[in-house]
Amino acid sequence: MKNIWAICKKEVKTYFTSPIAYVLITVFLVLVGFFFYSLVWWFNNYSFQAARDPAYLQQLNINQMVFSPLFHNISIILLLTIPLLTMRLFAEEKKRQTDELLYTSPISVNQIIIGKYAASLFVLLVMLLLTGILSILTFAYGNPEFVPILNGYLGLFLMGAAFIAVGIFFSSLTENQVVAAMLTFGALLLFWILNWAAGSASGMWTDVLNYLSFFQHFDDLTRGILDTTDIVYYASFSFFGLFLAHSVIQSRRWR
Amino acid sequence: MIEVENLLKKYGELVAVKDLSFNVEKGKIWGLLGPNAAGKTTTMRILTGYLPATDGRASVAGFDVFKEANELKKTIGYLPETLPLYPEMTVHSFLDFVAEIKQTPASRRRDAVEEVIDTSGLREVSGRLIKNISRGFKQRVGIAQALINDPQVLILDEPTIGLDPAQIIEIRKLIKSLKGERTILLSTHILAEMTQTCDGAVIINEGNLMASGSLEDLTASFKEKEGVVIKLRQHGKEIASLLGKIPGVARISQKNDEFTVEWGKGKDLRDEITKLIMDKELGLMEMRPLAMNIEELYLKIISGGVAR
Repeated sequence: MKNIWAICKKEVKTYFTSPIAYVLITVFLVLVGFFFYSLVWWFNNYSFQAARDPAYLQQLNINQMVFSPLFHNISIILLLTIPLLTMRLFAEEKKRQTDELLYTSPISVNQIIIGKYAASLFVLLVMLLLTGILSILTFAYGNPEFVPILNGYLGLFLMGAAFIAVGIFFSSLTENQVVAAMLTFGALLLFWILNWAAGSASGMWTDVLNYLSFFQHFDDLTRGILDTTDIVYYASFSFFGLFLAHSVIQSRRWR
Repeated sequence: MIEVENLLKKYGELVAVKDLSFNVEKGKIWGLLGPNAAGKTTTMRILTGYLPATDGRASVAGFDVFKEANELKKTIGYLPETLPLYPEMTVHSFLDFVAEIKQTPASRRRDAVEEVIDTSGLREVSGRLIKNISRGFKQRVGIAQALINDPQVLILDEPTIGLDPAQIIEIRKLIKSLKGERTILLSTHILAEMTQTCDGAVIINEGNLMASGSLEDLTASFKEKEGVVIKLRQHGKEIASLLGKIPGVARISQKNDEFTVEWGKGKDLRDEITKLIMDKELGLMEMRPLAMNIEELYLKIISGGVAR
């Protein structure tokens, strides 16, 4: 546990003493803020129309009209930012050959991986918590439902965690950070749209592809529904990513 | 302290270390000497538990490098060839991090960091970012991180590579000052490094053990003949033949005003030569013993020209 903490602390420090964390978080927040602004503006217009025509009033729901699409947008920004967050984790160690220090210290590969994973989760958490200001604003001026928003955030965090695990796996494969980022991005996007192939598949494959797709699980959570299937899906995705990273690192040393 | 038995390491088809065996006693500095690509780094990586060996046995400080890797890693300090430094950390925070992952107890950590900062002479740069300090200081940080857990065995891979002559001397001094209770194995491809710092050496080439032993043993066993080099004011052709008449002289060669006189092992003809020069008034300007050039010796060993 102490070892994991040591690695985690070092990685968080590296993120925040270099420009990486600040640039990622700032760009992320600017984009999220812009999406939020557009959605609220649109919702406002809609409300004026509803005032004139009660038929619109039925559909007027801030959770569905602002938060649901907002979470959708955030998830796409995460798809683009997380590969950049995770690309350095192992690739950089290898390039600088600092991995030799880590692997000749009395600390296991698992502890190193979990420490790095935890550090990235922390950055993700900071990113998501900072967008929480937007929710607070809506609570101050409107009347949204709390639970769907909380579920949405939980879902975003779980999905981000799965993205990070995939990123760690690809970072462990190469010593080139750009390669790691591109492979991570490609894999995530592929998993995202895997359900598109479900239409052309038949029988069991439709279900399998639908289950594997990020999109399918994500749709639920933007609507504020958090199913155990989704939690299991994201947790197993994370576990699998980290497990693969562990295998890659171990096998490299034994070759 | 360091015991290696029939060590074998293959990278696929490539044999990096072949049937390597040697022992280093406690409290000694030994050099692992060989040209580039001789297998020095591979051997050290195996000894530090970074790489597994294909076959053979090795133990450091009483711990088997394969079976007790975790215990081993706690008792050794290792300086890899490429310094494992994080440029965006300060010297102090980097050493603190290393102390943490080397499992220095929290209560001791502060003192441990301060101690190595002092022994490695890093006080003046301790608050600076590693990327901003000079190559010589970086090397010191590398040695400091190896020392942080107060290791019984230090393994240093090319500790003076890439330094300027003044820095090399400083680092050598630092390494010598670490001797005592500690056993040190350092690798180098520079012979002078070994003769100035080490008590003994293991010489390898292309993964094969070429020679090993203490420095005196190594030089003594390879010295085939003895002799002197003399410089004379008079250096006509006839003088060489004059010197050649001294009984016991095995070989004479002349290069301008320098004569090399060699004789068989175990003799000493210096008195006779001096006497001859005085008698004939040849004008002695210089006389020095003909040490078998250690560079030559080394080249001979690694090319397999000298039997063990």
